[in-house]
Amino acid sequence: MFIVIPMLLIVLYAFTTHGNAVVPLHFTLQNFVKFFDPVFIKVLGKSMQIAVVTTLFCILIGYPIAYIIANVNEKYQTLLMLLITIPMWINMLVRTYAWISILSDTGIINSLLAYLHMGPIKMMYTDFAVILGMVYNFLPFMILSIYTALAKMDKAIINASYDLGANRFQTFTKVIFPLSMSGVIAGITLVFLPAVSTFVIPKLLGGGQYMLIGNLIENQFITVGEWNFGSAISLIMASIIMLSMYMTKRFDRDVEEQAHSGGGKLW
Amino acid sequence: MRKLIEFKNIVKDFDGTLVLKGINLTIHENEFVTLLGPSGCGKTTLLRILGGFISQTEGEVFFENIEISKVPPYKREINTVFQRYALFPHMNVFDNVAFGLRIKKQNENVVTQKVTQMLHLVGLDGYGDRAVTMLSGGQQQRVAIARALVNEPMVLLLDEPLGALDLKLRKEMQHELKKIQKEVGITFIYVTHDQEEALTMSDNIVVMNAGEIQQIGTPTDIYNEPENRFVADFIGESNIVEAIMVDDYRIAFDKEEFDCVDTGFNENEEVDVVIRPEDLDIVPQEMGKMWGTVKSSLFKGVHYEIVVETEFREWIIHTTDNSEVGKEVGLHFFPEDVHVMSKMSSY
Repeated sequence: MFIVIPMLLIVLYAFTTHGNAVVPLHFTLQNFVKFFDPVFIKVLGKSMQIAVVTTLFCILIGYPIAYIIANVNEKYQTLLMLLITIPMWINMLVRTYAWISILSDTGIINSLLAYLHMGPIKMMYTDFAVILGMVYNFLPFMILSIYTALAKMDKAIINASYDLGANRFQTFTKVIFPLSMSGVIAGITLVFLPAVSTFVIPKLLGGGQYMLIGNLIENQFITVGEWNFGSAISLIMASIIMLSMYMTKRFDRDVEEQAHSGGGKLW
Repeated sequence: MRKLIEFKNIVKDFDGTLVLKGINLTIHENEFVTLLGPSGCGKTTLLRILGGFISQTEGEVFFENIEISKVPPYKREINTVFQRYALFPHMNVFDNVAFGLRIKKQNENVVTQKVTQMLHLVGLDGYGDRAVTMLSGGQQQRVAIARALVNEPMVLLLDEPLGALDLKLRKEMQHELKKIQKEVGITFIYVTHDQEEALTMSDNIVVMNAGEIQQIGTPTDIYNEPENRFVADFIGESNIVEAIMVDDYRIAFDKEEFDCVDTGFNENEEVDVVIRPEDLDIVPQEMGKMWGTVKSSLFKGVHYEIVVETEFREWIIHTTDNSEVGKEVGLHFFPEDVHVMSKMSSY
């Protein structure tokens, strides 16, 4: 109930406009049509782009870290995973503010550069800052899910690969990596979804002018007061997210099926 | 037979626990050798040292007279059938079996030919396209064997490969494994805690306990001439009693002296005596060498397992004739059924 009612309200808002005194609600698709304005489409494109880049960086950085942690002595694994998750205990807002003090024109990096008679480099309010902030915030999710996939992998399977003559590199590419794909996919879902809809990070690190889809929705609700349009955008986002989740699931299944290369042919 | 593998004084220390306490063992070509012992006796550890997955704390391993301790597992001419098969779940049967050949960059035609041949050997013709996760335990087992054998190793290591199968399938696979071993003519080193499995398949059995070898011998030797109390107890059911070797051919236990066929002990040396349950006979009281009351009788299919209580102890007897519980009976055995073992210092 408590999950469904707010959702229904959003759907209701999205398909209506403020009516007059006689007819309080007025059904319309106007809110959706409004979104297909080049300005808003551009915002959507930008959001997707930032989210994809963030996810890619999370995989590139997260996989090696997860792999290293999964391979150290078991005694240290828990400790290392704790270190990875500790930043998540602190409010995301605070963490992101910390980055401002590092990246800003008078921040730590630029002070250091000034001391070395270099710079200053403009870092705040750029794509770089936003992506950095997102990667920093979402990386633990990626590491956690890849680590889980690697850690639960049967060591005997890896030994079997060595036993059959595969060296460390071949074992990684032919056995370990394909078997950890489920973790990578879970990580992608966990990173991409919040990355595409977050509004705190772009607002703080991207500045007031920086508009991603999350900010757009936030604006509609809080600043402009256009709840109807805001709801419509949310629904559009939700459909895009559902579609992308469906595609990842499909891809995941395809990978497995490909691996079994027609495992069901005989059935 | 040519000497193939030699363990020299292998010691393995796991965080302060001595798992292997100086193992010396030679394995020859084309032998079916079984490492037999209770869980925790170090048999799997020894196998994994040979496979190269762990390294020994002390000692040397020779393969064709070359020390191989520093050789990584992927360079050893040894393949393993793992305890729970360890098949690659993301590959089908064919790709699992082909894995080793493809790593060696063999021509794909050769791969197809060899894999097909190997699947035929293990009785899985036409299963190449199946997902390994869809196979039954017995089928997965066969894939694991095919995957190892297709590389034509000089030695195949089998780590309790039948443990996860049900009894009937296990018996079938025992015969099949023995058949495969004869067909491919390579050395099999088999680890198990199942004494029956060991007796059925092996050319030689190495009985291990607490990180030490207790006895090495053929199945018949191990069964009929156990060297100590542990071996006698572990291999089949036994009646083991403490006794005194009065003189050559004379043994005393339970306050009686009996004839036996053993010699070479000190006069009045304390020894252990084993009499197998099937070597004891229930006879009328006047014909018995020992006397007691039938305490229980269980029908076991082929035989009855009867417990007779004497003044000193309970004896287990396997016989095809039932006896009534409570009946006063005599027990008879022949001198050659009494097997004398020296006392183990560590036991």
